[in-house]
Formats: sequence, structure tokens, C-alpha cells
Amino acid sequence: MFEEVGTTIDGDMIINVGPQHPATHGVLHLVITLNGETIKKVEPHLGFIHRSIEKMCESLSYRQFIYVTSRMDYLSAHINNHACALCVEKGLQVEIPPRAQVIRVLMDELTRIASHELWWGAMAMDLGAFTPFFHAFRERESINDIMEETCGARLTMNYMVPGGVMQDLHPNFQKRTKEFLQLYKRKIHEYDELVTGNIIFQNRMKNVGYLSAEDAVSYGCSGPAARGSGVSCDIRKIYPYEIYDKLEFDEVLETAGDSFARYMIRIREMQQSIRIIEQLIDNIPEGDFQTKTKAVLKLPKGEFYTRVETARGELGVYIVSEGGTTPYRIKFRSPGFSNLSVLDHIARGSKLGDLVAMMGTLDLVIPDIDR
Amino acid sequence: MWSFSNIANNLHEWLSNTFNPTMTLIIEMVLAGVAVIGLFAALGLVLVIMERKVSAWMQIRLGPNRVGPKGMLQSLADTLKLLVKEGLTPNGADKFLFNLAPFIAMIVAMLLMAPIAFAKDFQLWDLNIGVLYVSAVSSLMVISILMAGWSSNNKYSLMGAMRSGAQIVSYELSAGLSVLAVVVMTGSLQVSDIIHSQADGWWIFKGHIPMVIAFVTFIIAVTAETNRAPFDLAEAESELTAGFHTEYSGMKFALFFLAEYVNVFIVCAIGATLFLGGWMPFHIGNWTAFNHVMDYIPSSIWFFGKTFFLIFVIMWFRWTFPRLRIDQLLNLEWKYLLPISMINLLIVTAMAILKWHF
Repeated sequence: MFEEVGTTIDGDMIINVGPQHPATHGVLHLVITLNGETIKKVEPHLGFIHRSIEKMCESLSYRQFIYVTSRMDYLSAHINNHACALCVEKGLQVEIPPRAQVIRVLMDELTRIASHELWWGAMAMDLGAFTPFFHAFRERESINDIMEETCGARLTMNYMVPGGVMQDLHPNFQKRTKEFLQLYKRKIHEYDELVTGNIIFQNRMKNVGYLSAEDAVSYGCSGPAARGSGVSCDIRKIYPYEIYDKLEFDEVLETAGDSFARYMIRIREMQQSIRIIEQLIDNIPEGDFQTKTKAVLKLPKGEFYTRVETARGELGVYIVSEGGTTPYRIKFRSPGFSNLSVLDHIARGSKLGDLVAMMGTLDLVIPDIDR
Repeated sequence: MWSFSNIANNLHEWLSNTFNPTMTLIIEMVLAGVAVIGLFAALGLVLVIMERKVSAWMQIRLGPNRVGPKGMLQSLADTLKLLVKEGLTPNGADKFLFNLAPFIAMIVAMLLMAPIAFAKDFQLWDLNIGVLYVSAVSSLMVISILMAGWSSNNKYSLMGAMRSGAQIVSYELSAGLSVLAVVVMTGSLQVSDIIHSQADGWWIFKGHIPMVIAFVTFIIAVTAETNRAPFDLAEAESELTAGFHTEYSGMKFALFFLAEYVNVFIVCAIGATLFLGGWMPFHIGNWTAFNHVMDYIPSSIWFFGKTFFLIFVIMWFRWTFPRLRIDQLLNLEWKYLLPISMINLLIVTAMAILKWHF
């Protein structure tokens, strides 16, 4: 697994970044071939936290396996659960009540903001600025508090179940969410002042890590990584699920394809998520939060596929059912894996310091890649 | 009035009366050495706690607040921990150079203390080429970093050291040129002369805009020279884990750490001396009453106040800016700072010849 540490025949230096390294945000191992400071090749080695989630799901019932998926992309646990719940519901052919749909969308968008907040802080940290991390956590904590009240957990919420959501919203939910919106609007200018408008930051990000639209498609990139290159791939727009087709929001697109474009996509996406939450927060319909489903779920024989837009891109859930109480085979199409594959392509020829910035803009979550 | 120079003079008198001249000199040298080491340690403790409090303040957190009143003894506890830690030497390392490097860093930092005037007439060594001495000795710092990086036998360390080498050698130039601006104005390299020339106004106020440019260039260049963010490419923890001191642990690491902070103090002290008048109080032209009030503030407070203000500015940089890339770093120096400070020096020289300053 580990290549011999040393130099190549050409005299290039090979360095191992990871599995334990401050820049990889997890246990990712990159074998980098360097010519001085210039990168010649980046070879990601995966599998350090492979937990065989897909195989595990095969022995869990359709209610149980959803909880495991919170541990894939832990920063968008709600959205993972949502994708799985959607897939099971597709198999069961149940309609979920409008209240549950709105709650799900609200939770998804809050998760997306929380995930982008964390990314923003970590990304700035990759570039050597520590302070944004704490500023980002100020907002993220208030989202986590909202989640904690309603779902009982702050990171792996396990709130979406087949047929709706696990329990009704906490009475404080609307008040707390509005407080968060206030806080966000009051503080968002700090993001621009501290990072986005900073000349050093812009120089570090612009014209770095260029990814063309063709390459983004051929590498299977999705989410902000692809939209930064101008590829329209927002699942919420193309294949709307729940009530996304009734909501007013824009698909954020940038055409530059560099690190700064990918950065701006996420910053602007947060504002779109705020827009969605503002539309819904006063219009949560009354009614059930869950449809009645059988105690033991059995999916009919067949194959079911759903996809959702997580904070990192397109998450696909593919279930093959033999008609039993557990899936015969389950496969997740995770956005992080495809986005990581593009790293070698965009990093070649740039400096070592930029590699860290590029990894930051791809927003890699290692458990999502390894599963 | 109470002052450091009175204490020093009284001590010198008492020693001269008690011992013969040779013995007096030896005792005074030992005392000065002890004082420098004491100051070195004290500065390390103070600056570390200051940095942690400043960063906490900027990052909306509390910072250390458990050890001692308001966490003020935190760095003492950290030092104690580092002292009892094992100082590992990697197997593949060049053991002699590896163990020597942190001491060179420390010695260089200590040598730089010599020409600094901490208060009125309170200076270890007022040599006639004080400013030249400072720029010469401070460039020795790069040797310890290169030595540490190379002898660690670690690629991260080596890359950090090479970056640091390129960086320090480049930024020496504009730091030196901006210092020269003051030297040209004063007409002397001696630190005490430079301070006395600012009796009726600090150079940053007297020297019009070119002096302000020189001051800003100086601050940028010394931030880079001391490897502080946004120029901390030698450490670059997100790229090179810890850069040149990746392999160091225990007290050997602590010496690098201390040397960094003491260097920050020294460059800020130099900056305060050259541009902000050192221990000179703040005077405004004919406001005699105001000037007298300012004179009542002890000179050491003026000096440390100005120095710590500059240290705060440098800490402010660190907790605000992201890091530059190596090519951008060198571009900034060779394409912008160096030409600017060269032209600036020409203007300052013309000003000095034509007496266009206050």
C-alpha cells in the first residue's frame, strides 16, 4: 500500500501527505510526486476508514439502514437520510404528508448551510487563516442547537424515516430558525471582509485548480465542484424531489472553473438556502409529520434509485430488493469520491500550497469517499 | 525620578568601589548575561500568553483561563511540560547539527538584544554601528532554520527550510533598505544617536510620506523575516505539518518557539527605535505643558508601549490573513517591495540633502 518513500528515477521527490495530516481533514493518504515545489502527480490512496457501510446495510432492515448512512457524509447527515428514505418510499409507493415534506426541506437546507459554514472555516484554515473557523462555528453552532432541539442530536441526526420524519418539530423551531436567519444576515458581511475580499485570499484562489466543464462531466463531478465550471447539475432543479419544484431559488453557476469559482458557488448557495428557509419557515402546513407505514417494511422485488443534492453534490441511492425485509444489494453514489478523482487532474503543475487550497474547494469528506 | 539607568549607574558605582576594574567588568558581564537570559525567558512567557489572548479575542473565544488568574500562568505550565518532555532525535538525522540548530536560533536572538535601548541610557552595548550589527546578526537566523530543516532528514522539514532560506534572504533586502532610510536621515548608525535625533518628533512624523512608506515596508519585511503569518511558509502547518521543526520535540522545540517570539520582540523594538523614537516621549512642537506631562511617563514605558503595540500589529496580521504561496511571496518582495523601497530610499536621500524634513 505504501510506496517506498524516496525519489523517482527522474530525481523527483515523493512525499506522503497523510493518512494523518492537518490538510486532509481526515484519513486520506496522498502520494505526491514533486519537482521542487511543483506538483507532478497526486495519487490518492483510499480506504483508511472504510467501514463497509454498503455491506452492513444488506443485513439491516429498511428502517435500520438509514441510521448507518448518517455516518457516511457526516456533515450532511440529514440529506443522506433523506435520500435513503426517498428510495424506500419509492419502493413502498407511499406519499408523505406535506408537513413532513416541508420539514425535510427545511432540515436539508439548514444542513447545507451548516456544512458550507464548516467548509468555509476549514478552507480558510487550509490557507493559513485560523480566525474564520471560529467565526463560521458561531453560526454553525446555532444551527446545531436547532437540530438538537428537534432531532435530539447535533451531528448524526437520524431524523428522516420512511414515511416522513421521526417526530414533530420542536415548538421553538420557528423562533430559533428565525433567530438564526437574523444572526446570519447580521454577520455575513464578516465573511466577505475577512476572507472573500482579502487580496491574499483572492490571489491564492484565482486561476488556480482550473477544471473545464468537459473534464468536470467526464470525471463525474457534481455539486459545487461541477457548478464552478458552469455545469448545471443541481438535482433540486433537474430532478426535483419533495417540494423543491414549488420553491423559488436559483441554481448557482460560475463559469471560471477555478478555485475561486468553486468558493463563490458555496458562498452564494448559502444565500439561496437562506432564501428557501425564508419561504418555508412561516408556511409549515399543519397535519401529520409521518404517514402510517407497516411496522416491518418490505420492498417489492425490483430496483430502486433516487438521488438528492447534498452539500457536496449528487448522492445516489440504489437499492436492489428481492422482496424481503432487507435490501439484497445497496449502492451509494457518493459525491466526494468522484470529486476526489479530479484532484490529480487539476493539481498537476501547480504549487504544493495550492494543492491544499484545491482540496479545500473540492470539500472532501473522507468518510463519504470511503464509506 | 525612578529609571533603569539610575539602577544601572548605582550598581556600577557600588561594584567599582568594591572590586577592582577587571573584576567589575567580569561581574557586570555575567549580570548582563543573566539579565538577557531572564528577559529572554520572560518575553517568551509574556508573548505566548499575549498571542493566545489576542487570538482568543479576535476569534470570539476566551483563551486560556484555567491556570492562574485569568490563565496568566498557562505559558509557565506549558514551559514546565516542555522541559520534562523527551527531546527525541530521529535515527536518520545528523545528530550534531540537529541538536545544535535550536541553540543557534536562541543565540542569534540573544545577540540581537545587545544594541537595543530599553530605556533612557539603558543599553547593553551602544556600539557605533548598531543598526548594521542588527541587520547582520538577524540574517544569521536563517542558518539555524536551514540547519534544522536539513539535518532532520525529513522532506517536510527540508522544504520548510528551503522556503525559509529563499524568504529570509529576499526580505532582508527591503528590511535593510527601509532601515537605511532612517540612517540617511539621522546620519548615524548608532542606536542612541538615532533615538536622540527624534527628540523633537519621531521619524514617522518628521519624515513625511516616504518615512511612512519605509515604516510600512519595514513592518512587512520583518514579518516575513521572522516567519510570521501571513509569511509563515517555513511552518505552513496545513501544507508541511510544522515545516522546519517537524521533528523537534520537548525543549528543543521550545527553543525554536521562544526564539520566534523573541525575534518578533526584537524586530518590533528595532522598528519602534527607528521610526517611533524608541524611549523618546511623544512631543508636539511648542506645547510645553503637554511635553512636560509626556516626559513624566518613564522612558521604559514608552519603549515597551511602542514595542508591544507593534507586536500587537504583527499578531493582528497573523490572526487575520491567509498565507501567501511561495511564488507570490517572492513576487511581492522582488517586484513590489524592493523597487518601492529603493525609490523610497532615493527620495529620502534627496530629502535629507535638501533638509526637507521637520
